[in-house]
Amino acid sequence: MTKSLIHARGLTKTYGDFVAVDGIDFDVAKGESFGFLGPNGAGKSTTMRIIGATSVRTSGTLTILGKDPEVNGPQIRAHLGVVPQQDNLDVELTVSENIFIYGRYFGLSSSFINKKIPELLEFAQLEEKKDTKVQALSGGMKRRLTIARSLVSEPDILMLDEPTTGLDPQARHILWDRLFRLKEQGVTLLITTHYMDEAEQLCDRLIVMDKGKIMAENSPAQLIKDYSTKEVLEVRFGSDKNHEMVEILRPLAERIEVLPDRILLYAEDGEHLLEQIAAKGIHPNTSLVRRSSLEDVFLRLTGRSLVE
Amino acid sequence: MSSTAVELSERRLGQFGDKYFAGRPQQVLLRNWISFKSSAWIAVVSGFLEPVLYLLSFGYGVGALVGNISTTTGQVSYAAFIAPGLLASSAMNGALLDSTWNVFFKLNESRLYNAMLATSLGPLDVALGEIAWALMRGGAYATAFTIIMSALGLITTWWGILAIPAAIIVAFGFASFGMAITSYMKSHHQMNFFYIFLLPMFLFSGAFYPLTVFPGWGQAIIKALPLRQGIELVTRAMAGEFSVHLLVNVTYFLVMICVGLFFTTKRLNALFMK
Ligand SMILES: Nc1ncnc2c1ncn2[C@@H]1O[C@H](COP(=O)(O)OP(=O)(O)O)[C@@H](O)[C@H]1O
Ligand SMILES: [Mg+2]
Repeated sequence: MTKSLIHARGLTKTYGDFVAVDGIDFDVAKGESFGFLGPNGAGKSTTMRIIGATSVRTSGTLTILGKDPEVNGPQIRAHLGVVPQQDNLDVELTVSENIFIYGRYFGLSSSFINKKIPELLEFAQLEEKKDTKVQALSGGMKRRLTIARSLVSEPDILMLDEPTTGLDPQARHILWDRLFRLKEQGVTLLITTHYMDEAEQLCDRLIVMDKGKIMAENSPAQLIKDYSTKEVLEVRFGSDKNHEMVEILRPLAERIEVLPDRILLYAEDGEHLLEQIAAKGIHPNTSLVRRSSLEDVFLRLTGRSLVE
Repeated sequence: MSSTAVELSERRLGQFGDKYFAGRPQQVLLRNWISFKSSAWIAVVSGFLEPVLYLLSFGYGVGALVGNISTTTGQVSYAAFIAPGLLASSAMNGALLDSTWNVFFKLNESRLYNAMLATSLGPLDVALGEIAWALMRGGAYATAFTIIMSALGLITTWWGILAIPAAIIVAFGFASFGMAITSYMKSHHQMNFFYIFLLPMFLFSGAFYPLTVFPGWGQAIIKALPLRQGIELVTRAMAGEFSVHLLVNVTYFLVMICVGLFFTTKRLNALFMK
């Protein structure tokens, strides 16, 4: 895999005795959209910071475009667009001033940046807000501005740490649409998320992380194929009865997971399973058949939900 | 075709400190200038006004009571006696305003340095840029104060011009040291402790009266404090007194500047590259 843009082997980060990233291996190819899916505390942001050359790994090897971030931090950062988990826009400046000065930090000429600003404002749908102070923007606008800002240096790799956490559904969809466009333009995307729908939508390939380790790696569709059934039947009997029903239902499904409020029954054909259950005279309060998702993959791999 | 971010980042490659310094502290200054242009001018003016009000009220109010003061260079009015000390204080205040509260905000609340250091800038660019900005504010306050001193007839020789470079050295020292200390502060509470120390330093550094009112050990303590060193530096420069004492004052500030820069860079690196 010499063609890989990012190459990590045994990547480890410890804080004192605590192991935040525990010997992970992965490769990201040019133009790929690569995801880190995992719950809070999995080590996603830590991994992003190490790749972004703003945190030093404890051990392992890492190269980004063939360079080692420990030796060539500034040169690697010049290739990257960084959208951190927590916004760090310049709250004392306006929208376009934010883009302008960020370009200047990279040393880009004013004329180059000024030519790019209208294009980036359009991309972020912030043309009307260009002279507004950042403080007055909504969460979704701030996120879009952070992305636009990170693009001023024309990065080869765009790193997005939980790009839509905290946004309402509409703002999320606008953002996803913008990220799709970048993907189409061939920008390599690195995305962390704890939303399985986001990972399914945006990532060509992803690693599922938990407690600093990689649990699985593949495309979203293949992960679902490998670790789950095609469909899931969700049934509810009321929280007190769920437990006694489990043993009765267990032989019927390929796999069964009990959540606090419902039971998940894994099967290739959910409707058929529901009929089988009804034939036994069992009638859940509510039932729902859905496609398997990455949430089910995560549950299978770790026994826990992604979002607690 | 202008250079790309990557080409620009390779310019200092292989040179000393290339991991910490991109050679672009002026972009940090530019950022502060853009922010300053639209900031509240009243805050700027009030910071400058404080020593001017001291000069007018004490210089001419208390001055009317105490009359002339005899110094090593002869008899001077009370206002002329306190002016160099107030100038040094003005430079200090201007420099500290930016290098403490403003830096604390950027470090801990607005995460501005996080953003800067995610680009190809290095921690030394940030430290130098911020310190230079603070020093410019201190220098601007000192220059304005010198003009007022001169308008009030408190500057009697051409050496008075040296008040400005002297005050800039003082501002540089405080900016550098202030930023270093601020970068280690974790809360507003700790910042307040830092400020608690400043008022007694201002009152006891002998801006308003000769240090000889204190016993020997008290004088020794005060002379070790940076504001006293700054007052002596400004006073001696304005009097054209180029002695070994002046050299000691200047050296004191050079050490302060270097120590401050070193620890600021070290701390920013530890904070943002951990
Ligand atoms: N600077 C730090 N010092 C100590 N522990 C840290 C630090 N940064 C992260 N951690 C810990 O490392 C673990 C992984 O954190 P993080 O990478 O932020 O996870 P994620 O982004 O997947 O939620 C967490 O348990 C977190 O508390
Ligand atoms: Mg995170």
